[in-house]
Amino acid sequence: MLQQLGHLPMGWLLIALIAVFASIAFFAGRVRAERILLSGEQSLHSRPNYHGYFVAMWALVPAVLVALAYAIGAEGISRNQLVSELPPAFDLLSDAEMKTYLDSVAQAALAREDTGTDLVFTAVTHRYLEIRGSLNIGALALMVIGALGGLIFSRRRLGTSFRARSLVERGMETVLFLCAAVAIATTVGIVTSLLYESIQFFRAVPIWDFLFGTRWNAQTEAEFGALPLFFGTFTIALIAMLVAAPIGLFSAIYLSEYAGPKARGWIKPILEILAGIPTVVYGFFALLVVAPAVRGLAIWINETLINIGLTTEPLLAAQPTSALAAGLVMGIMVIPFVSSLSDDVINAVPQTLRDGAYALGATKSETVRNVVVPAALPGIIAALLLAVSRAIGETMIVVMAAGKSARISMDPTSDLTTITVQIVSLMTGETGFDDPKTLSAFALGLVLFAVTLLFNVIALRVVQKYREKYD
Amino acid sequence: MDTDHTPQAAGTVTPPTADALPAAAPRIDCRDINVFYGPTQAIHNVSLSFPDRAVTALIGPSGCGKSTFLRCLNRMNDTIESCRVDGQILMDGQNINDHSIDAVLLRSRVGMVFQKPNPFPKSIFDNIAYGPRIHGLASSREDLDAIVEKSLRRAGLWEEVKDRLQAPGTSLSGGQQQRLCIARAIAVRPEVILMDEPCSALDPVATARIEELIDELRKRYCIVIVTHSMQQAARVSQRTAFFHLGNLIEMGETEQIFTNPREKRTEDYITGRFG
Repeated sequence: MLQQLGHLPMGWLLIALIAVFASIAFFAGRVRAERILLSGEQSLHSRPNYHGYFVAMWALVPAVLVALAYAIGAEGISRNQLVSELPPAFDLLSDAEMKTYLDSVAQAALAREDTGTDLVFTAVTHRYLEIRGSLNIGALALMVIGALGGLIFSRRRLGTSFRARSLVERGMETVLFLCAAVAIATTVGIVTSLLYESIQFFRAVPIWDFLFGTRWNAQTEAEFGALPLFFGTFTIALIAMLVAAPIGLFSAIYLSEYAGPKARGWIKPILEILAGIPTVVYGFFALLVVAPAVRGLAIWINETLINIGLTTEPLLAAQPTSALAAGLVMGIMVIPFVSSLSDDVINAVPQTLRDGAYALGATKSETVRNVVVPAALPGIIAALLLAVSRAIGETMIVVMAAGKSARISMDPTSDLTTITVQIVSLMTGETGFDDPKTLSAFALGLVLFAVTLLFNVIALRVVQKYREKYD
Repeated sequence: MDTDHTPQAAGTVTPPTADALPAAAPRIDCRDINVFYGPTQAIHNVSLSFPDRAVTALIGPSGCGKSTFLRCLNRMNDTIESCRVDGQILMDGQNINDHSIDAVLLRSRVGMVFQKPNPFPKSIFDNIAYGPRIHGLASSREDLDAIVEKSLRRAGLWEEVKDRLQAPGTSLSGGQQQRLCIARAIAVRPEVILMDEPCSALDPVATARIEELIDELRKRYCIVIVTHSMQQAARVSQRTAFFHLGNLIEMGETEQIFTNPREKRTEDYITGRFG
């Protein structure tokens, strides 16, 4: 019997019970409120529906708590119980072996397999199912008791002067706060784990060597000097910004100051489509089109220089993947970030400022150059900083088109590697958490996080200062 | 201010018709102006002239077209795409609506002050120096300094800001900002100054200062001011034009308009029966 109960589809049951209790509670509350309304002369403080919501809230909270506790704790509790009942011979198993054994027990139990041959295993499986069954029954009973208790307790409180509406409002506020708290807690959790693993890594490799070492060879020789990665990341981001800053800014100026509604109507959506192209598509565009073109150009320059006798050896590396190719394509990718944010801030410049300049006899370009852009400058800087942090964190394009060699080279046609590329290659394939090779990925991630956070914070600060000025 | 009502260009008796011209050569002479915003007509057949060295007030209820008319005088309506202006606006015998006239040059001759003070996000000095710089009015740094000082003095702001010319223009109070904008307009040596409700965003004290200033400026410039305040029109102007629903209803000496209007609608508006 208990074994059968161990197979109950608890997820569905719990959700169904929660829904059933919530609706029962809602109607119980509303009906009672309506009765009060009908019986007496006095009017209610809150509309009957709010009384319904209030009672439903009280039934929901304990029910949801029970469901959450079950979802989080049920497996652990039943395993602990099972281990404590196992015969002493099992003490010989190490922790990891015990975990593997219990995993197979749980799997066999839930799959209703009857191995039959291993009697001990079968007995353990049955016992596991019994424990699960009693837990299931317990959880269901607890939920019913909690929900009914909440329902009865809260229904008693209803009355003519009872402020159900205010309490429901507060309940809503709590729910919204909890949702926000989930996001915050996740962020804190990720940063904490990043920090924790990085500290593990810095125990093995001194932080100084990591930040300022010039040799990176994590895969084979355990050299963790990340400076070439930082160099590659910033070189490629710089190339990207050299492309994106002027094109993005000028197209924003064109869109907001010069383009008529018609031109704006089709250019702006196209720029937004640019932002919607998956980065992996940019990646193979970079690899298949731009990188060969850059290489061809570099070879042509090399040959020309040798032909006219300026050099005797090739000047440029002209490699099949290059920082220039990745940077150019990444620049195209971040154009919409620059242009749409700049467009917004330029549009936010009050029309009266433009009128003031025109009224003095300024031409359109004089007005844009001397009045509109300076007024929008803080916002434009913020847009550029956000684009930089986007470029630094970009992964797919550089994985495909930037190359893998960690070096510091001023030649943009040589291949460089970035923080993100190295994280990808460290985390794919064989990994173990006690290995400095894997841990170094966390340290790189931490650096990346710190840098982009810094850029974003500066950008937000600049925008805030700007807002105060024109409100 | 009350003793100041003797009209400047009042050598002649104002003729009894609305579109009559004063005897002295007008600075600006508008003939049959029609303005359209897309299909809707905002100004109907307005003929009006503005004498030099005098203040002309344009009054009328909201939406009567007085601001639109004002903006015709320096072709600011060019910046609004759907707007079309028909008719002749003569300055020195030239029609400024003519395509051969460069709106940019015109605006250096016809300055404008707006409803809300709109100093540029630059220093006080650069706000004034901006116009002279783009028009090449100053040949040296000393020249520029002199223009800035003269403009600020004429706008009655010099004493208040002479020690902080490098402070941002936005750091001034509202009234000071508006005088800064007037100084900025003066700095390009205009012949005409247009003012679009220049005091509507200011408190009474700042308003009084601007009105004094307007009275002072009248000695040098042709001034056209749009105002919602009839007291202000009575205080600062020598001539007043009353607009209603895009039509010019009545034009005359300010005193006559306010004490003895010829048109019933003018009287109703002035006595507060509508508007």
